Amino acid sequence: MSEFHLEPKPSGAIQRAAEQSVPVTGTEPSGFFTQLKGFWVTFSTMFKKPNTIEYPEVKPEVAPRFHGRHQLNRYEDGLEKCIGCELCAWACPADAIYVEGENNTEGNQISPGERHAKVYQINYLRCIFCGLCIEACPTRALTMTNEYEIADDSREKLIWEKEDLLAPLRAGMLMPPHPMYPESDHHNYYRNEIKESHPSQDTKAGGEK
Amino acid sequence: MNNASIILDDPTWIIVAKGVLVFALCVLLTLLSVWGERRIVARMQMRMGPNRVGPFGLIQALADGVKLALKEDIIPAAADRAVFVLAPIISVTTCFMAFAVIPLTGEVNFFGEQTIMQLTDLPVGVLYVLATASIGVYGIVLGGWSSGSTYPLLGGLRSSAQVISYEIAMGLSFVGVFIYAGSMSTGDIIASQSTWWNVVVLFPSFAIYVISMVGETNRAPFDLAEAEGELVGGFHTEYSSLKFALFFLAEYVNIIAVSALATTLFLGGPSAPPGLGFTSAWFGGWFSFIWFFLKVLAFFFFFVWLRGTLPRLRYDQFMKFGWKVLIPVNIAWILVVATLRLLTQQGASQFVIAGFTGAVVLAVLGAMTIYDRSKIKTEERANQVEPMPEPSFPVPALPTSLALKEKEGN
Repeated sequence: MSEFHLEPKPSGAIQRAAEQSVPVTGTEPSGFFTQLKGFWVTFSTMFKKPNTIEYPEVKPEVAPRFHGRHQLNRYEDGLEKCIGCELCAWACPADAIYVEGENNTEGNQISPGERHAKVYQINYLRCIFCGLCIEACPTRALTMTNEYEIADDSREKLIWEKEDLLAPLRAGMLMPPHPMYPESDHHNYYRNEIKESHPSQDTKAGGEK
Repeated sequence: MNNASIILDDPTWIIVAKGVLVFALCVLLTLLSVWGERRIVARMQMRMGPNRVGPFGLIQALADGVKLALKEDIIPAAADRAVFVLAPIISVTTCFMAFAVIPLTGEVNFFGEQTIMQLTDLPVGVLYVLATASIGVYGIVLGGWSSGSTYPLLGGLRSSAQVISYEIAMGLSFVGVFIYAGSMSTGDIIASQSTWWNVVVLFPSFAIYVISMVGETNRAPFDLAEAEGELVGGFHTEYSSLKFALFFLAEYVNIIAVSALATTLFLGGPSAPPGLGFTSAWFGGWFSFIWFFLKVLAFFFFFVWLRGTLPRLRYDQFMKFGWKVLIPVNIAWILVVATLRLLTQQGASQFVIAGFTGAVVLAVLGAMTIYDRSKIKTEERANQVEPMPEPSFPVPALPTSLALKEKEGN
């Protein structure tokens, strides 16, 4: 038998069990003090800190990758990342997402490239927070936040529209519709090369001139 | 001067005032104990318990009561209406009645009148408590029967069988106290404990009483009548709204009543613990109520502790424990107490008493040893399992037997 023989050696216990039948009785020594042990457990637990999180007052901190409500992200100049491809809607096992795409036009550039979402709805009565939509999204337009307080009191309120889901404008962002960054195409956007909005993108300022 | 003669000259207004006070105390204690129980059990399970209504959730029970009162009162179509309505009323009134004979304080000054916070001191006070408890069973069994439904009927029957069985053990544990005190009046029993509390002198009686009072009140681990997993809600499954609230009230008043009775019979009632006798004169005697209250609270905590610790017994185990352990042990103990009492009364010498006690102790130890040995023997017999015969048909080889064969081959 070589040293590298891989067959597992039978342990002593299994051998013994095979050689003789070990009776299983289920009786354990149960003295008077064993009976009292349980009383001590409950008594001492009284002085431990409760596990309760007092929720509405104390918000529990969730894991960084917690599946909370969705968010539709923007590029750094304010254009929406969503291209209205509906892959999220197709990926959704609960059929909670409804998307209607629309072409971007000269005066109505919502996202870089050809298309944007005209309608984007997530029905939180159906959503199971599985995150398959996030996996499906080709532009990282759809991600999940850590926000979990979504409960509401009517079916209508639980269908979130695009306005509710869109990320807020940060500094340097312009509210679409506005033209794409000068001398760039959607590839530059996709590679994250657009860092902030260009003055020429401000349609309002441009229009006033 | 015993309690009865102190109470005897009470004017009517004091009697009325006492009645109202006792009633108010019971209801208030129920509200507090529901809250207390939930808080304590929660802590035992590392939870917080109700803490939202009022400071520390103190008026949670009151809020629950209001909610119950506002709920729809449903009487099932199959129910016997009159009995269905009567059952919770019987249950709750009998519980309150038990408090009439329990002295809550020592002698106090009640608006210029020397009295004791005790409605009446019957010569057969403790028997009266037993009697009210027995009538209380009617509430349960009638409630179960009149619901016209299977689970309540089963629950009601179970519960009444249980209460009746444990009442025997309970009643027998009183006998030791009666023999010792020479009276059945609660006042006299307390007076007889002036040197030693009965919990010391009659410890076996006390232990049996404490166990049987849990059975008597249908509380965990003996809450078979309301075994949620088996009988939905037991006898009160079909009850809703205020009628359910009455059953709920009855359960908690009952707990406090048996705790108060245990305090009276075994812990000296409102008298101060040894060494603190000077406190009984404080606040014109009213301080004695604190002692009484603390003792009742201790019992109540014990109830909650049991509930937090022990799982529910099976019905047959429970009945076996009551009839085959508690009652025989109790009867043997009563014989010992009676003999000892008679020996002392007849003026037997110290040697005879000591000899008798020694003989009893020896007999108990001997019986325990014999019992243990026979138990070990039966266990050994149970452990001898026949080895499995070789199967006469081909079976796939076990991995271990392969290894064994290899070992044999080597």
